[in-house]
Amino acid sequence: MTTFVPPEIDWLALAPLLVVLGAGVVGILVEAFVPARARRTTQIVLTLAALAGGFAVVAVLWPQIVAQPVQVLGGSVTLTPFALGTQGLVAALAFLGVLVVADRTSTGQDAFAPSASAVPGTSYEDLARRSGLEQTEIYPLLLFAAGGMMLFASTDDLIVMFIALEVLSLPLYVLCATARRRRLLSQEAAAKYFLLGAFASALFIFGVALIYGFAGTVRLLVIAQRVQQGGLPLEGMTVLLVAGVLLVTVGLLFKVGAVPFHAWTPDVYTGAPTPITGFMAACTKVAAVAALVVVLYRITIGVGAVSPETMQQLQAVIVVVAVLTMAVGTVVGSVQSDVKRLLAYSSIAHAGFLLVGVAGFRPEVQASTLFYLLAYGVATIGAFGVVTLVRERRVGATSGEDNGPVEDDGVVLGEATEIAQWAGLGRKAPWLTAAFALFLLSMAGIPLTAGFIAKFGAFSGATNGGLWWLAVLGVLASVVAVAFYLRLLVVMVFRRADDETVPERVPDAEDLGEGAGASGAPAGVGTATLVTPQVTASQQVAVTVVRSRGPAAVAIAVCAVVTVILGVFPSPVLGLVEQASKFVP
Amino acid sequence: MNDVIGLAPWLVGFPLIGAAVLLLGGRATDRWGHWLGVAASAASAVVAFILMFRMIGTPPEERAVDHGLWTWLSAGGLDVDLGLRLDPLSLTFVMLVTFVGTLIHVYSVAYMDHDVDRRRFFAYLNLFVAAMLTLVLADSYLLLFVGWEGVGVASYLLIGFWDTGRPSARENAVAAKKAFVMNRVGDMGLIAAMAILFATVGSVSFADVLPAAGGLSETTATAVGLCLLLAACGKSAQFPLQAWLGDAMAGPTPVSALIHAATMVTAGVYLMVRSGPILEAAPTAQLVVVVVGAVTLLFGAVVGTAKDDIKKALAASTMSQIGYMMLAAGLGPAGYAFAIFHLLTHGFFKAGLFLGAGSVMHAMGDQTDMRRFGGLSRFLPITWITMGLGWLAILGIPPFSGFWSKDGIIEAAFVPVDGQPWRAWVFGSVAVLGAAITAFYMTRLFFMTFGGRRPRWTENQHPHEGSPLMWWPLVFLGVGSAALGAVLGIGGTFTTWLEPVVGHAEHHEPVLPVPAIITVTLVLVVLGAALAFRMYAVALVPEEAPRGSFLTRAARKDLYQDAANETLVVLPAHGVARLVQVGDRDVVDRGWGVLPLAVSWFGAMFRKAQTGYVRSYAAGMAGGVLVIAVVAWLVIQLGGGLGGAQ
Repeated sequence: MTTFVPPEIDWLALAPLLVVLGAGVVGILVEAFVPARARRTTQIVLTLAALAGGFAVVAVLWPQIVAQPVQVLGGSVTLTPFALGTQGLVAALAFLGVLVVADRTSTGQDAFAPSASAVPGTSYEDLARRSGLEQTEIYPLLLFAAGGMMLFASTDDLIVMFIALEVLSLPLYVLCATARRRRLLSQEAAAKYFLLGAFASALFIFGVALIYGFAGTVRLLVIAQRVQQGGLPLEGMTVLLVAGVLLVTVGLLFKVGAVPFHAWTPDVYTGAPTPITGFMAACTKVAAVAALVVVLYRITIGVGAVSPETMQQLQAVIVVVAVLTMAVGTVVGSVQSDVKRLLAYSSIAHAGFLLVGVAGFRPEVQASTLFYLLAYGVATIGAFGVVTLVRERRVGATSGEDNGPVEDDGVVLGEATEIAQWAGLGRKAPWLTAAFALFLLSMAGIPLTAGFIAKFGAFSGATNGGLWWLAVLGVLASVVAVAFYLRLLVVMVFRRADDETVPERVPDAEDLGEGAGASGAPAGVGTATLVTPQVTASQQVAVTVVRSRGPAAVAIAVCAVVTVILGVFPSPVLGLVEQASKFVP
Repeated sequence: MNDVIGLAPWLVGFPLIGAAVLLLGGRATDRWGHWLGVAASAASAVVAFILMFRMIGTPPEERAVDHGLWTWLSAGGLDVDLGLRLDPLSLTFVMLVTFVGTLIHVYSVAYMDHDVDRRRFFAYLNLFVAAMLTLVLADSYLLLFVGWEGVGVASYLLIGFWDTGRPSARENAVAAKKAFVMNRVGDMGLIAAMAILFATVGSVSFADVLPAAGGLSETTATAVGLCLLLAACGKSAQFPLQAWLGDAMAGPTPVSALIHAATMVTAGVYLMVRSGPILEAAPTAQLVVVVVGAVTLLFGAVVGTAKDDIKKALAASTMSQIGYMMLAAGLGPAGYAFAIFHLLTHGFFKAGLFLGAGSVMHAMGDQTDMRRFGGLSRFLPITWITMGLGWLAILGIPPFSGFWSKDGIIEAAFVPVDGQPWRAWVFGSVAVLGAAITAFYMTRLFFMTFGGRRPRWTENQHPHEGSPLMWWPLVFLGVGSAALGAVLGIGGTFTTWLEPVVGHAEHHEPVLPVPAIITVTLVLVVLGAALAFRMYAVALVPEEAPRGSFLTRAARKDLYQDAANETLVVLPAHGVARLVQVGDRDVVDRGWGVLPLAVSWFGAMFRKAQTGYVRSYAAGMAGGVLVIAVVAWLVIQLGGGLGGAQ
């Protein structure tokens, strides 16, 4: 008779995940049992506490994991310093992101639809708005997404990684659809993201199947071990392994937003509620790049020793993708006329810069990648945080064709995302502009900001790996990128805003009543599937900067301070991430 | 030393915080901002005193301490560490900058009393002090460069301080730009020197570079030495980059005293002395340094004889005195101590003279033309006495300060180098001749201002002493002008103090016996002074400048320095610029104009690909998978990777 032997579980090692995901579950219960009045506050406090707690546990675990990585639950959770660093990074960035999400600004409205399931333009939507409903489910969703991201790179098991991919993706799909304004655009973005994400997931899981067919396991370290030992049933058919790894890689590159799997990025970044865009751009990038590093590096431990040409194939693919990503990100970014789209392309370009480092296939890339993700993450959350505060304001409207009475009620509308509308922002909100300028400079990689140190690390990863020409391309791409960041800076600081009452643009119809139904064209393109808005009135809008109620301002300030500190005084953080490269990712 | 070295960053920190508060605080700090500025500078001075007393109590060999602050960047072979070096040389400068700086801050409270922008003025002054202290405390050429640029910026901001609302606003702005641009020329030298050092030694920190200097090839050492000299010439207004200093007098007088007399302009000398080991490895560079010093000391002295503007005369004198220091700095270890000693005493007496000039201008309604002064001794007794002490000091009359330091330089100049007596004779004579001319122009300045039987004032002048805030600093500086030299000079206190840094100098015999040198110098000085006294105190001074001899006219026009710059530099540069412009527009632009076009074109193309249709995106992804498969296949077909993977 066999006795039941309970598995030994290192609960502490699971604690960061348990805290965050557990809090997500509690958040669902909060939705059910806490009265509506207190729900929002409870959710925000719970979410922030969970993320801070997760980060704290990461900090507690850090010395132990740096000394010796652990595997829990048979490798389902494999905590290396790199993985744990990713967890901490996701928790910290998600914390900042949630601060921006939680801010209702001086308008008293957050960025989310009162009832996201209401069909745009229906009377139910009106009702939901007038009765002051709030969609507080976004907070548990954020926690689930963050939990999935934390698990993503912390596993050795491709199936668990797939589950993590879904856990992080599904809440994001939903969150993308919840914008208060331009709701059709938001829902369209979510649908696109979902469909393409499903496609990428399918490729990922197909790749896992091929890998399993080759190696008889889905555990990366075991695969590496078996390949080295030899004696696999399908030893000759490394093409299976290569195809499998490439498909898995494609699935991850989709999440990273690398060309040619990037097409969703601009549309989704534009359509999603801006605070969610910031959260998604920063945290998803961290998780996906980390998972990519984990997969590629663990696979190559075994394969690199046995079959150098397989290594070369993987490297060539990453290099080609990196070059394409940098090129498309910077070149297309430089012709954008919408701030959110510009930041989306900037995010694509940064994916390219990150891949330049990854392509070096050097152990120290773990450190520089973590640093890069931190620098990029804070700049991104801060930048999108600023975008949430720059709004359109109704200054005068003639309703309908009969040239009715001119309203000048100063109602604050949606975000003013046209770059031209940002002219003269430096005068209206000097501190906000300064912070935004700082984030742009950091993204551009100007010295004395975090971005410079980050780029330096990424590019030296490539040169150390013998790919100096790729680093040169990276630097050239950075130069082009600098041009479009500076263009935005010039508009904000040096161009004078037109006189306030001059119409700056004919507003989209959705601005007429908030969320009143139709969706306008996003600046640029992506309009093909949109419902043509029913323009019932023309009105004039001016640009105004709404005040934060605190959280977003704190997030922006923290991001700005971190950006400067990492640029001027990076050694402590560099030392910390350095510890992450001691082991295989 | 190690227990108090932690204080050193505060030397820079206090004024930096002061500047930050004053600049960011805006109008809110207008009411008390100037006192904050004074307090910040005074706090630095207190720290400096504490450090100095500790250093005096430390055995000489332990006096040099490097204090690492932080590693800014450590990547691959490149480590950028920032740190401070505290040793007798840097501390001497720190004392000078903080002590004289604080006096000038106090003076400025009264001098700038009526200026609406007084707070901004103090912010810049604080910024200057912070930058200057960074410059002298740096433990590497890189951090020194940060301070070097910092003082350049502060100097620029302060020269052009009155850039609005005054009749001379435009000229002030031009003067500021001139100083800035000419300094850039010098800065290129410093950058080039750093580049060469990094390429050959692999580091730019003093701790690595200076001990390694002996091992450099003579060519390298000469190149580095000359580049550093170029930098020093720019900052210290030495020939041929001297033209900006006279115009820099457009700034408020306390600025002229602090930046363009006592401290910043002597940074070049500091650089030379700090880089001593490099110069010693390059005799040619040393000779050039001496020649530059000698030329400038005569140049400045000659220009000084003809200037009627009291500040410009003092500026010419500054140039000339720094020439002495440069000359000494080129003489090797024997000269270093005296270069710094003269720098220190000069810092006191020249700051005193400038503040005195400021006091006179204050009394005379901002008049600077000495031909419209005269007979002021009765009305401005304190200014008269303190400037008198400065006058005696700069003349080098024993026992006043200047005698101890300048005499040391003249004696050192008479010491033959490498057994070449001609150099001793040439440079020694130049130094003595310079001293005689100095005596002439300073006596002229002094008596045109205070002496004379008949005042030549413009109408409605009622000269009076300024507030105590103005004359107490004068008294302190006057005492320094009188006594500092003797206190530090007798028994070689100061040379011993600097010995741990500049090394012990072997005593060599000059070509003339020392008493003879002193006698000849003093006789010539007295003759020069007597001549000036006869011409400007006994005889009547015309209110309008007479046409004068050819030499006077040339000196009045700064020996045609601007014309020379115009013909030798500006015109050819214009020509080249025009050529380049044509080339740029017709060749480069037409060629490279394609690039932005291409970028926009590709951008537009890809934008079109961004149709918004999910089906096309999905097709794109499928295509992407195909591309990746092709790449992987090609790698196998073509063999070889893209560059050494692991």
